[in-house]
Amino acid sequence: MRYIRPQSMEDAVGLLAGAAGPAAILAGGSDLLVRMKGGFVEPELIVDIKAIAGLSDITETADGFRIGAAVPCAVLGENAALKKAWPGVVEAAKLIGSKQVQGRCTIVGNLCNASPAADSVPALVAAGAKAVVAGPGGKRTIAVESVPTGPGKTSLAKGEIIEAILLDKRPPHAGDAYQRFIPRTEMDIAVVSAGVNLTVGDNGVVKAARVAVGAAAPTVLLVEEAAQVLIGSKLDEATLERLAKICSGACRPIDDKRGTIEFRRKVAGVLAKRVAAIAYERAGGK
Amino acid sequence: MNFDPRYSGRSFTSVGTRPIRPDGVDKVTGRARYGADFNMAGQLVGRILRSPHAHAIIRKIDTSKAEKLAGVKAVITAKDLPDLTDGDAAMYDILDNSMARTKALYDGHAVAAVAAIDARTARQALKLIEVDYEVLPHVTDVDEAMKHSAPLINDAIFTEGLEEKPVKPSNVTKRTQYGHGDVHQGFGEADFVVERSFKTEQTHQGYIEPHACVASVNPDGTADLWVCTQGHFVYRQHCAQLLGLEASKLRVTSSEIGGGFGGKTHVWAEPVALALSRKAGRPVKLVMTRDEVFRASGPTSATSIDVKIGAKKDGTITAAEATLRYSCGPYAGMWAEIGAMTAFACYKLENVKTVGYEVLVNRPKTAAYRAPSAPMAAFAVESAVDELAKEIGIDPVDFRIKNAAQEGTRASYGPVYGPIGIGPTLEAVKNHPHMKAPLGTNQGRGMACGFWFNFGGQTCTDLNIGMDGSVSLAVGTVDVGGSRASLSLVAAEELGIDYAHVKAIVADTSSLGYNDMTDGSRGTFSSSMATISAARNAIKILRERAAQMWDISVDDVAWEKGHAVAKGEKHGNLGKLSLKEIAAESGKTGGPIAGHSELVADGAGVSFATHICDIEVDPETGSTRVLRYTVVQDAGKAVHPTYVEGQYQGGAAQGIGWALNEEYIYGKDGRLQNPGFLDYRIPVCSDLPMIDTQILEIPNPNHPYGVRGVGETSIVPPLAAIANAVSNAVGVRMSHIPMSPPRILAALEAERERFSR
Amino acid sequence: MAGVAVSTTINGDHVEYLCQPDETLLEVLRDRLGLTGAKEGCGTGDCGACSVIVDDRLVCSCLVLGAEAEGRQIETIEGMAHGDQLHPLQQKFLEHAALQCGICTPGFLIAAKDLLAKNPDPTEEEIRFGLAGNLCRCTGYDKIVRAVQDAANVMKGA
Repeated sequence: MRYIRPQSMEDAVGLLAGAAGPAAILAGGSDLLVRMKGGFVEPELIVDIKAIAGLSDITETADGFRIGAAVPCAVLGENAALKKAWPGVVEAAKLIGSKQVQGRCTIVGNLCNASPAADSVPALVAAGAKAVVAGPGGKRTIAVESVPTGPGKTSLAKGEIIEAILLDKRPPHAGDAYQRFIPRTEMDIAVVSAGVNLTVGDNGVVKAARVAVGAAAPTVLLVEEAAQVLIGSKLDEATLERLAKICSGACRPIDDKRGTIEFRRKVAGVLAKRVAAIAYERAGGK
Repeated sequence: MNFDPRYSGRSFTSVGTRPIRPDGVDKVTGRARYGADFNMAGQLVGRILRSPHAHAIIRKIDTSKAEKLAGVKAVITAKDLPDLTDGDAAMYDILDNSMARTKALYDGHAVAAVAAIDARTARQALKLIEVDYEVLPHVTDVDEAMKHSAPLINDAIFTEGLEEKPVKPSNVTKRTQYGHGDVHQGFGEADFVVERSFKTEQTHQGYIEPHACVASVNPDGTADLWVCTQGHFVYRQHCAQLLGLEASKLRVTSSEIGGGFGGKTHVWAEPVALALSRKAGRPVKLVMTRDEVFRASGPTSATSIDVKIGAKKDGTITAAEATLRYSCGPYAGMWAEIGAMTAFACYKLENVKTVGYEVLVNRPKTAAYRAPSAPMAAFAVESAVDELAKEIGIDPVDFRIKNAAQEGTRASYGPVYGPIGIGPTLEAVKNHPHMKAPLGTNQGRGMACGFWFNFGGQTCTDLNIGMDGSVSLAVGTVDVGGSRASLSLVAAEELGIDYAHVKAIVADTSSLGYNDMTDGSRGTFSSSMATISAARNAIKILRERAAQMWDISVDDVAWEKGHAVAKGEKHGNLGKLSLKEIAAESGKTGGPIAGHSELVADGAGVSFATHICDIEVDPETGSTRVLRYTVVQDAGKAVHPTYVEGQYQGGAAQGIGWALNEEYIYGKDGRLQNPGFLDYRIPVCSDLPMIDTQILEIPNPNHPYGVRGVGETSIVPPLAAIANAVSNAVGVRMSHIPMSPPRILAALEAERERFSR
Repeated sequence: MAGVAVSTTINGDHVEYLCQPDETLLEVLRDRLGLTGAKEGCGTGDCGACSVIVDDRLVCSCLVLGAEAEGRQIETIEGMAHGDQLHPLQQKFLEHAALQCGICTPGFLIAAKDLLAKNPDPTEEEIRFGLAGNLCRCTGYDKIVRAVQDAANVMKGA
């Protein structure tokens, strides 16, 4: 086993592309080290990407925000501009694990771990976030929802690294929100979750919407039909009930140690309603 | 023993104060040494290979590849732990649980172990051990295991305690029965009868420190064991017997212990560590991972309980009956029996009958967990009591007060009570401001009672007075939560000196006589009795030395407030001699001054508690939030009230976790699905409110200071208190613990369905 | 497996060690450096007993590789008191009996120190959520929360 801390993205990509055995990318390590401890992975090479310039920064650009792959989730919460623009994304990132874990874990790691229950992913999907992928063949920018393809699986090719997440600049009257259901108040994996991102017109009518549901299918669900219900509405009671019904119906959950099919289905709708109302309020709808 | 243990009604100077514990600074600076914090020269790392199957015959184990791996110093299987138990069935079970002999009986059962130069090598070696299993059908559910069609876990088990001797083997090891009167007649007299069935899932003690030990066996037959345990003398007995060592040659040192709650009253990996050390000829450190702790140590029983209670219109209970089925893991236990004894212990009953069934399942060997077996029985009984009160239309507190046991009541499990605290805790609850506080929407208040026997047992203590007048107290009772502070207070009280001059330690097994383990809430009760006795023996010597210094008869020397005082007019001019002054001269007056005590602390004094809980339920998700919690419990006499409160709060928190979220979840394959703190959900800080406490002091007549055990009872009422609160909040009676959000939501949905039809 | 040479700062002291690539910082602290104050309760970041502060960030040392400590500033429980002067949190934990078995105490103290550094005047709720990554099975957290509140008051006055 080797541990290497490259100084450049080219070196990191080269190391990963050239690795003979299984290789792992280390940013926060909060998933990788747990899997190593449990004997589920035994990488021949660990590539620590934290020394690569720019990967530990959040930068605000003319187009929005660029969040480096090595930025711990705790730092997201400390960035006032990001928190103001994308409160739902930040609150999702800040729900991952404990304070201790948030000091290490990253949203890119959360995305690439490809758990259907990942907290930040529904919020990122709802936000329409994009991932900048560096690899042997150069760089490409893809929608975050195209990264996980199933539990523990991603669309990334050998040697590819997500170097940053991009979030758009916010138009006026826009808001997002995320909630998950957990049995305790902290330290749990989402049993089911929902993220909603809205833009509201001056008249209080929803102009654009994205609705995502987590832990309800092999990957996070982007529920188009739910977004359509919200668009053109003022989130009246009937709309919210329809939203809940559609989100519950979109779920393809499983029974497991964290929850039942019936529970996930029902609560997905409940959370979608609650989250939509918060996003609407944040967008200035109410 | 000429020690008089009776309650004397004395007043106190030190006892009842709240000083800082003697082991405190070490624990806030990281210096305290726990099980895994100790190392020996040349030490190896031990690791255990565990069965992935719930039930399987071990056809063959091939260790040859592992033995050839560089850095591996010993590989052992059950062959290296020959059966020396000589027909002692309980010891045989402990041996078989330490290392499976012919069958793996649960997911996580140890089948082999290695000792290697480092953890990596040990882990690699485990992968090289080849075990040929013949997988058998398994059963993990307590009700399923009782069915005739269930896979048999041990075909040598025929149910004991049946009227007719069974002809077929069974997973039920024993039937027990308690009670008196005629329940049939009693139910005939009842105007109201409530009959309900309940289930509780298996929980783990959840101590934060995994089991850890360092074992060193020498070629001359002597051995040392450093270990986190609730009872190093018991560990010595068990390990010596299983390893064929002489008990006196095995020195066991109890490290600081990072929680036990009953789970460290039992040897698990310690015999394995000793066997590895013996084979390797080097010390071996063996630390369980968290996964191993959950899969292979200590859980409590899963249960299935039926309760029937009848009462007259005026609220008098006429009859009470319960059938209790408790899982024991794959080995015989007496868990249902304890449940059957405790179930109705709070009440004064003319007609009562409880029946317990001990049930084998393919789960880890059940171990004690804080008032073992009592919380589940109390959940069933106290839930039914609340329902019955509702049916009669009487306030649940008044209903319990009307039927509460009192001094002279014959307990449902046999004995006649002395002075007890159930009535006073109920009266205190009735008058508590918590009971009158307003509640909001979807909020409910519940209350429930709990009982625990408490235990005393064999106790040994040394009290040594230094020449500077300071006192060292060596006890054999492991300190799990501040008892060194309490015992120092007791020594200071009895000697009449300042607490600051006493330091208590836990002595190893070679330094003190046999001492029972810290269980049954016996720590402070029994060791304070022995400390008082030892101090009185030391005082006798102090008086003799003072008499010698004054050259008067010892009969003329009394001990008052830390001083020898000459009695009578003829000695009026002699003044006083302090303990310090007498100690300073001890070299010239006969040598060191010490008091020793060995006794069996009888009369532990039963314990009762009543809890109040406010809960809010989210009707859309089934999520619950504990808003307010109050514990009222009888302590007899609170020696160090802060640590008594701590016991009340800690037990309540464990009960809350059990009630709401904690459970062992097994898959269809018989494997434990949640062997970690992520999915075995013990309460986190943000889950709980402050836990208010009210200490009642109804002196135990069998202890000089009136002390009763306080450690366990507080885990008994929460399950029912919370179930009653949920019922009062949203109108559904939860009969399955834990009341996790999916279960509450399902109950709410079923209720809505019922109403919409 | 090639060892990684690491040069770092622990409790203000310069420290050098060689560790395996997959060795955690917790293993390095406990097994190589003899700093056994950080405890392993789970090894998976779920209990907080191994909490340390790395460059002003609270982390679980079981979820950090020893190799990652290169060039960092690490604070452990062993560095919390100044000589014989206990940190106010340590003193208040003793006074309030905020520990029973004490195995979680080093982690709680480190986490509470980090909490008060970032929020000197926390509400009860902020304390409870701030310390939710540290499990205690003995106390029910009541006395821990009170000790942190009391220490915060003392530290504000100082």
